[in-house]
Amino acid sequence: MSLFQKFDPIRAGLDLLVANGRNPFELRFEKILSPTEALLDGRTILLLGTNNYLGLTFDPACIEASSRALHAAGTGTTGSRIANGTYCDHAVLERRIAEFYGRRSAITFTTGYQANLGLIATLAGHGDHLLIDADSHASIYDASKLSNAEVIRFRHNDPEDLAHRLRRLKGRPGNRFIVTEGIYSMLGDAAPLREIAVVKREMGAYLIVDEAHSLGILGENGRGLCEAAGVEADVDFIVGTFSKSLGAVGGFATSDLPGFDLMRLACRAYMFTASLPPAVVASVIASLRRISTDGSLRARVISSCRRLYFGLDQAGFEVGPQPNPIVAVRMPDRETAAQFWNRLLDEGVYANLALPPATPGSLCLIRCSVSSAHTEAQIDRAVSIMTAVATELRVLGAARPHLSPNAGAAQSAS
Amino acid sequence: MTYDGRNFEGEILELLMARVPGGMPVSVDTQIVGGLGLDSVAILDFIMDLEDHFDISIPLDRIAEVQTVAELSSAVEGLLRATR
Repeated sequence: MSLFQKFDPIRAGLDLLVANGRNPFELRFEKILSPTEALLDGRTILLLGTNNYLGLTFDPACIEASSRALHAAGTGTTGSRIANGTYCDHAVLERRIAEFYGRRSAITFTTGYQANLGLIATLAGHGDHLLIDADSHASIYDASKLSNAEVIRFRHNDPEDLAHRLRRLKGRPGNRFIVTEGIYSMLGDAAPLREIAVVKREMGAYLIVDEAHSLGILGENGRGLCEAAGVEADVDFIVGTFSKSLGAVGGFATSDLPGFDLMRLACRAYMFTASLPPAVVASVIASLRRISTDGSLRARVISSCRRLYFGLDQAGFEVGPQPNPIVAVRMPDRETAAQFWNRLLDEGVYANLALPPATPGSLCLIRCSVSSAHTEAQIDRAVSIMTAVATELRVLGAARPHLSPNAGAAQSAS
Repeated sequence: MTYDGRNFEGEILELLMARVPGGMPVSVDTQIVGGLGLDSVAILDFIMDLEDHFDISIPLDRIAEVQTVAELSSAVEGLLRATR
């Protein structure tokens, strides 16, 4: 057996995609024109799959701050905070994050993936119990594997199921950690956090919420689902990323619990990797300031995502359960999904092709993400093109319940 | 495999068959991973089915090495014995 033979199923999946058009993993954007447009094969493409929710990647203040830091402090830190030390702006950013959330302290990581990996794997140890939502992001699964805790999945967005699984642990020693996300990255559905917080209080557990897709979007001040659901006091740890609404790269965890900063000396994903470069840190400080003081970005992205969601819904697409900045539409199978994605590109729209096992319920999806930088005309054009392609490929059906993670499983079982 | 008068392998096979696409045959020697066309998420969902059916917690790390239905049955029985 050759070294790479174990990847044969992956090759078969890739072959199927390529047989239906482009290789999605080899697209090359020649130029990024703005948060909503790029050049691909010499043509201007509407970007509808970049998670650039607040359109801050080209914000003049962020670019200026980033540029100044680049010239003042260089291109990189060339090592970890533990080995090479902390730059002033690392500490400033952590203080600003803690202030934004009203918590005692915050720790930054080099990516959002590492933030989950570091926090969860370090907090939950041998004899502890991690209860993770079944639709958790890969970083939460990987963190669970890396921890020495016992890992139990609960049914997606089901607080009663969570309570049931916690009750099964009754009498067993060890801390309980519940892990959930603000907005789930594939269908765009938000967690029932108020109800999960009740379970947390009643059953005695720590609550970790990953606000990667909800930071800057939900809540009156953009603090995410914890704020929107009014349960910030119940949430022990918030994790987030700088790579979506804040327009850069990196991640963070914040907490009000005393002793949280000791994680810096125990968390391997923090200790043994290079820290964020100065230009990134400076742009995140600027973008965090922007979202803290300017609610218009949030209002615009919410308006745009409702326009896309209801536009596609009315056109006959099977959309996700809630109008959030991730708007996914269901495809009947892998081949059609690949053809649909290719036809969208032909017509000048870039969205995400999302296929099992990266999707809940084995669903095949075209996943769109909306930005506050999108104009109404761009959103309308996307709806129009998607509808035309769907008509051409006979995707639109008469019966179209809203998507749920169990929809695919139900289909395959029938 | 029996404990408490139950046929674990039979009960597990029944639950597994409900998850397997296209009525593919399954037996106690079937390789659960890679042998049934189930992706990693579908296998984890099957484990959830088992948890609810047997009313036990099956931590993911406990079944990392499990390959066949027979091995899974042994693991489930062990967890049940430890719980009761």
